Amino acid sequence: MTATTAGAGPAGATPEGSPLLALEDVHVVLGGHGAPSARAVDGVHLQVRRGEIVALAGESGCGKTTLARTVLGLQRPTSGRVLVDGVELGTSRAELRAWRRRVQLVPQDPTGSLNPRRTVYEAVAEGLRIHRIPAETGRREDDLVAEALERAGLRPAERFVARYPAELSGGQRQRVLIAGALAVGPELLVADEPVSSLDASVRGTILALLLRLRDELGLSVLVVTHDLGLAWNIADRLAVMYLGRVVEAGPTEEVLADPQHPYTQALLSVVPETGRLEPVVLRGEPPDATAIPAGCRFHPRCPALAAGPAAGVGDGLAARCRSEALPLLPPSAGHTAACLLRDAEAQAPGNPASVPDDG
Amino acid sequence: MTLLQVEDLHVTYRGGEGDVPAVRGVDLTVAEGEVVGLAGESGCGKSTLASTVLRLQPAGARVTGKVLLDDEDVLTMRWGRLRAVRWAAASVVFQGALHSLNPLQRVGDQIAEPMLLHEPGTTRGTAARRAADLLERVGLPASRVRAYPHQLSGGQRQRVMIAMALACSPRLVVADEPTTALDVMVQAQVLDLLTGLVADLGLGLLLISHDLSVLGSTCDRVAVMYAGRIVETGPGRDLFTDARHPYAKALAAAFPTIGDPGGRLSPAGLPGDPPDPAALPTGCSFHPRCTVAVAACERRDPLLRPAGPGRSAACLLVGEDGSPLTGTDGDVPEELR
Ligand SMILES: Nc1ncnc2c1ncn2[C@@H]1O[C@H](COP(=O)(O)OP(=O)(O)O)[C@@H](O)[C@H]1O
Ligand SMILES: Nc1ncnc2c1ncn2[C@@H]1O[C@H](COP(=O)(O)OP(=O)(O)O)[C@@H](O)[C@H]1O
Ligand code: SF4
Ligand SMILES: [Mg+2]
Ligand SMILES: [Mg+2]
Repeated sequence: MTATTAGAGPAGATPEGSPLLALEDVHVVLGGHGAPSARAVDGVHLQVRRGEIVALAGESGCGKTTLARTVLGLQRPTSGRVLVDGVELGTSRAELRAWRRRVQLVPQDPTGSLNPRRTVYEAVAEGLRIHRIPAETGRREDDLVAEALERAGLRPAERFVARYPAELSGGQRQRVLIAGALAVGPELLVADEPVSSLDASVRGTILALLLRLRDELGLSVLVVTHDLGLAWNIADRLAVMYLGRVVEAGPTEEVLADPQHPYTQALLSVVPETGRLEPVVLRGEPPDATAIPAGCRFHPRCPALAAGPAAGVGDGLAARCRSEALPLLPPSAGHTAACLLRDAEAQAPGNPASVPDDG
Repeated sequence: MTLLQVEDLHVTYRGGEGDVPAVRGVDLTVAEGEVVGLAGESGCGKSTLASTVLRLQPAGARVTGKVLLDDEDVLTMRWGRLRAVRWAAASVVFQGALHSLNPLQRVGDQIAEPMLLHEPGTTRGTAARRAADLLERVGLPASRVRAYPHQLSGGQRQRVMIAMALACSPRLVVADEPTTALDVMVQAQVLDLLTGLVADLGLGLLLISHDLSVLGSTCDRVAVMYAGRIVETGPGRDLFTDARHPYAKALAAAFPTIGDPGGRLSPAGLPGDPPDPAALPTGCSFHPRCTVAVAACERRDPLLRPAGPGRSAACLLVGEDGSPLTGTDGDVPEELR
């Protein structure tokens, strides 16, 4: 069965394989009013197809949460378009409410996101009430709550409904929030670091749940994370974000087996596992969206640029890295990376293009 | 040389509904220049153990066993001596401490404070100079002594906490979940810093984390704790890549090896929750969650025993040479049945 609910476009209006979610050149500028304005999301193309899990990975401060909030309709894009099923996010309250029913959040911190004085039942029923789902479907609220809890792996539901958050483990709290999201019958889940505050042992069980929801309900998931292992565990496609932009994207296996962008390479090398790669620990602070460097926005921290000719970056290329604005990566199902060095290598005679040019 | 030697440590909290045995017989050593990891799920007793190293456990907790710092038992030493040992012999970076910096005090002053309190005769000027040196030592510009905590990022605040831990030149540092709230690149920076300090200063480091992949890549030795006991020890890398105890295996599998087809689209988790220390299961405390448990596991409480060179495990189904005994009762050695 699929989780398609009322509010979707007319049947057949969506061509096969067209994206459920599409971001087109989305910019979000935050702050201002005296404070320096932050270009938190600075030109992002991104698509999530039906039944697809897409991971958006990057360091803190790179704009993941802002992007997630934009997709949820909680943050207006400064420019660009956000579409679900080809329909642009509107501005009226009714449009926003319909949108939020189709697109639901799984938050980062389950403990902070649950009201300690409300039972599990109340937490899950809230969305049902907001969207008046019992009246619309003619089903009892308690049945809908129980169904959502069981889908989220809290079985039997009766054992959980009367409990308070303090009586649950971290993993159970995250399942309650997932149940609350599922209850309204969304098509897309936006999960912001869904396991980063959970114990290692719980992490896999929550990720397995997201995979199962995709398989059983056909849900799409946009998962925002700093953890490339999470992408390996559940994502069909991976987009790597740096300072408000997607700098590399593609099928997860391809991006992680053969990362093209020096930033992706560095990020992958510091995943603490078996020491497969020589760690490239980038110095300095996570980048600042109020002061985005000219040229390639990664250039001040780029190990390839720092290594110079040894890494294939001659003087000419180095000058371009520091000054030339890179085009946005187009939305594409293939493996793409925004890096002048990669472009130069791909164009060098006798050097087969390492990144297929399918923009 | 051994800096820290914990012997048969038991810590029991008094709860409203009875005793909570948080640590139940732990042995652990940390030598100079050594990084020892302590892994396990939340609630298994890691922070409790860390607090006993400087006798900082909550009042009312009952502690037995020995905690030897340079052969002196912290648990029985006099107050005056304990005061001298804190900061100077050993220091602890507590879990979540980066959030507990005083928001109204410049970080340089916070780093200098232990020197002024614990090193009689230190002048303010000297302490301030040393605080600036320490900031540079942990990779921040000396000028940041004037910063307030809110002006620093999470990674920078954790560096300040590490500088503070080094204030009185201790030989042992205990770092409780120092990278848990940080993201990967900053985590890598902080781990680099800690292992660099061990190499340069010959410190002993007890590194606590729920993430076995972090410990595996950083530690000389790792101990995995479950329900107040150590259930497996061995070289760090081996524990992550080739764990023997079923719990340690599950913890290691929680983080996939990127590129390994086994973890691709199949995240490995450990279902169930750790036991309530006030109501532990019979037999092996892991048996209700264990996928290979046999009937004997419900009855016998396995103690840590050798499991191959340099390794030990507390599981009925791990042989003395570390080889797995098959999951049938018949294979469990006679004396363990
Ligand atoms: N309300 C805000 N006002 C101004 N800047 C903000 C605001 N929220 C976030 N930012 C800035 O926008 C950038 C992206 O932040 P965020 O989306 O939270 O990133 P992430 O989730 O990847 O850590 C950061 O530089 C952050 O400081
Ligand atoms: N001050 C305390 N009083 C009573 N129980 C406590 C106290 N601190 C911790 N505990 C209990 O002791 C056990 C071990 O906790 P802790 O040492 O914090 O574990 P960890 O650091 O591995 O998460 C848990 O069951 C916890 O609830
Ligand atoms: S464009 Fe230049 S600076 Fe940017 S990532 Fe590529 S090599 Fe580095
Ligand atoms: Mg965020
Ligand atoms: Mg702890």
